[in-house]
Amino acid sequence: MIFNKNLKNILLVIFATLILSACSTAKKSGNADGDVYTGKETVEYLASGVPDRVFFATNKSSLTTAARETLRKQATYLRKNKNLNVTIEGHADERGTREYNLALGERRANAARDYLMTYGISGNRIAVISYGKEKPVNPAGTPLAWSQNRRSVTVKVN
Amino acid sequence: MKKILLVFILNIFLFNKSFALIEIDITRGNLDPLPIAVSPLYVDIKSENYEGIKIKELGEDISKIIEDNFKSTGLFNPLKKEAFVQKPDIAHLKPRFEDWRLIKAQALVTGKLLVINGKLKVEFRLWDLAAAKEMTALAFTTTPSNWRRVAHIISDKIYERLTGEEGYFDTRIIYVAESGPKEQRVKKLAIMDQDGANTKYLTLGNELVLTPRFNPTNQMVTYMSYFRNMPRVYLLDIETGTQEVVGNFPGMTFAPRFSPDGKKIVMSFAKDGNSDIYTMDIDSRVVERITNHSSIDTSPSFSPDGKFIAFNSDRSGLQQIYVMRSDGSGVKRITFGNGIYGTPVWSPRGDLIAFTKMRKGRFYIGVMRTDGSGERLLTENYYQEAPSWSPNGRVLVFYRETKSGSKGEGFTAKLWSIDITGYNERRLKTETDASDPSWSSLLSK
Repeated sequence: MIFNKNLKNILLVIFATLILSACSTAKKSGNADGDVYTGKETVEYLASGVPDRVFFATNKSSLTTAARETLRKQATYLRKNKNLNVTIEGHADERGTREYNLALGERRANAARDYLMTYGISGNRIAVISYGKEKPVNPAGTPLAWSQNRRSVTVKVN
Repeated sequence: MKKILLVFILNIFLFNKSFALIEIDITRGNLDPLPIAVSPLYVDIKSENYEGIKIKELGEDISKIIEDNFKSTGLFNPLKKEAFVQKPDIAHLKPRFEDWRLIKAQALVTGKLLVINGKLKVEFRLWDLAAAKEMTALAFTTTPSNWRRVAHIISDKIYERLTGEEGYFDTRIIYVAESGPKEQRVKKLAIMDQDGANTKYLTLGNELVLTPRFNPTNQMVTYMSYFRNMPRVYLLDIETGTQEVVGNFPGMTFAPRFSPDGKKIVMSFAKDGNSDIYTMDIDSRVVERITNHSSIDTSPSFSPDGKFIAFNSDRSGLQQIYVMRSDGSGVKRITFGNGIYGTPVWSPRGDLIAFTKMRKGRFYIGVMRTDGSGERLLTENYYQEAPSWSPNGRVLVFYRETKSGSKGEGFTAKLWSIDITGYNERRLKTETDASDPSWSSLLSK
């Protein structure tokens, strides 16, 4: 009986812990940033206040709130500079197979391109190229470096 | 590259298969490799000089290559030559079996060679020491500059006689030679003999090149290049050096492989964020779309009978392996284990699919049956992928990268191989860092 009671208590504790940890996981994944890089390191600028790149979560190509904000700034800049064409380079981190990463980089670059197009930039002005995991901006073998490498970069071509 | 002229006049002058003699079971990891003595080949004193080759040392050199090949399989234990009890010429005529048994050898290889009139004539014999019998013997003639291949062909014949399986020594590996820092890696196509000798670079490194793969006759290679910053699949004729873009796609093509008859290239084409699988018939240039799905479909690999294609797709969320008929019908997911699966490659025997698996930040090379059952993970590491089969379906070659430090230091990429038994993991010698290996079929088939 005593044993049973103890067991019951232990189960209760485990149960409570599970709920708590579930909450904390939910909180983490509820944060749209996930493992997306949010810092300024490695970022360059197309013009003052117009960052050239956006970052992605592992294996994802969806645009975060911050990414959309950056791309809206790029769209505004491109509307003002009507003769300017760009190439969007899509990249992946080194933690995936080479061929899949080429496709993933292409998907990321196109996610950025599509968003610019919804803000009125003609698709003719935006080329895309994927480099997969071939051109990391940060060569370190760390989660921070990988998050900086999961990116699409808008590059002026003329 | 120079055309490699190959005229081997094979003539079997004795083939003794009367009794069940020594045999090696290669279906399991061999913890007890067969002790074998490889006598230096006797160099006939009538041999003439031949430009660029040290004829006197040729017998020793060939036997060394045979020993290295045997050692690399993990199935043989080549014995030290200091212990050898007979001179090469005498042993080749008729070994004193009991003396060789004393040094614990179970098999003995002997041979002799003669270089005359610009030709290299070689013969060898394989002896079963316990049964005191000759097991196989072979003689052939070729140009002296082919002497390394002679050693590989002898190795193949002995391997075949002792294991009952086709050998894989007279083969080459095409791969991507890497150099420079990680952010500005220089990549070149390179080709080498299976044992790391005769490395040749096929591109200069001016543009990024990836994923070369041989056609079934080893004369053509398909690969991906960023020539003029247009990532496309290319076809390269190794003998003539001519290369051309495969198809006329308005976007990136990648992940190419040949069909088993060599007539088609299967690859991915990426457009508007979506990658699907296509084939192109090399002669007629007819392009066919094989998959049509909003997910990433890539890394296609034909079954050896050409009826099926394995590929990986993230249509279920993350990368998994699928099999379909080669016209794209009957798509079936075959991996359901914990983890992400990629780079399926069909075994040349048709019975297994090799793959890369990613789980909890670790990378595995494994094999499974073609319906996804019987998964066996052969090797685990920080990063490794892209298995390619030896032509006999017994060994996989793949590449492995090391974790770099906080400043990118300490990064390396190397080729490794492992038996499908999970034993005998070893690093392949390459002149530079290396990735994306593709194993040829037997050259002398």
